[in-house]
Amino acid sequence: MMQTTVRLQREDFDAAAEQAALVRGRTDVGAVVTFTGICRGAESGEPIAALTLEHYPGMAEAEIASHVEEAKSRWPLMGVTVIHRYGRIEPGQNIMMVATASSHREAAFAAAEFLMDYLKTKAPFWKQVESKSGKAWIEAKGADDAAAARWDKPPGSEAAE
Amino acid sequence: MKLLYFAWVRERVGKAEEDLAPPADVKTVADLMRWLGGRGEEYAHAFEQAKSIRAAIDKRHVRPDTAIAGAREIAFFPPMTGG
Repeated sequence: MMQTTVRLQREDFDAAAEQAALVRGRTDVGAVVTFTGICRGAESGEPIAALTLEHYPGMAEAEIASHVEEAKSRWPLMGVTVIHRYGRIEPGQNIMMVATASSHREAAFAAAEFLMDYLKTKAPFWKQVESKSGKAWIEAKGADDAAAARWDKPPGSEAAE
Repeated sequence: MKLLYFAWVRERVGKAEEDLAPPADVKTVADLMRWLGGRGEEYAHAFEQAKSIRAAIDKRHVRPDTAIAGAREIAFFPPMTGG
């Protein structure tokens, strides 16, 4: 049984409850990997008041769903949860989470990392930082593109297969 | 066709969306960015760094050389910074 949850929402979420929901009532899952992205209180050394996340409704859901499908085709997953918030988020609050469930850890780790790398570079979200010096859009990092590109290698060359 | 702008592209253009009918010689996404850049000061400012602007046609990522024929919705935005 494969359980897939993709949600975009303004409200906060409970990562522990989402993880529990992935394994509730089943005994075939042997590994759950959860990544939670949290708003830092400083950006480039400067304290920030908040982040505002803008997104492209419709496309964001479609991009996440297509990468979840890709992850399911690459690894033997039993469950995937992706939740991404939009709107104003203050330091210490959750921004997004990815959880992957499988019978063994390798697939769960690899799929979670794959989803994060792709979401960073392909999901249409944009972060704006609010600080004492005003509002500024965060610039995309080349390191994120490089992280996503490593999954473009031919199947089988990954350590995690 | 419907055009959508996000993040700093939206701020520079001064609107989130609009309906426009580009002339027939505007065939690709790159053509459309050039054409938009000629529509006034705000547009010129928004599209001056065309290389740092990404595009989507009908909610799918496309490259600058993609044809726009048949597109219902074209979006322009900076490189993504979610996650």
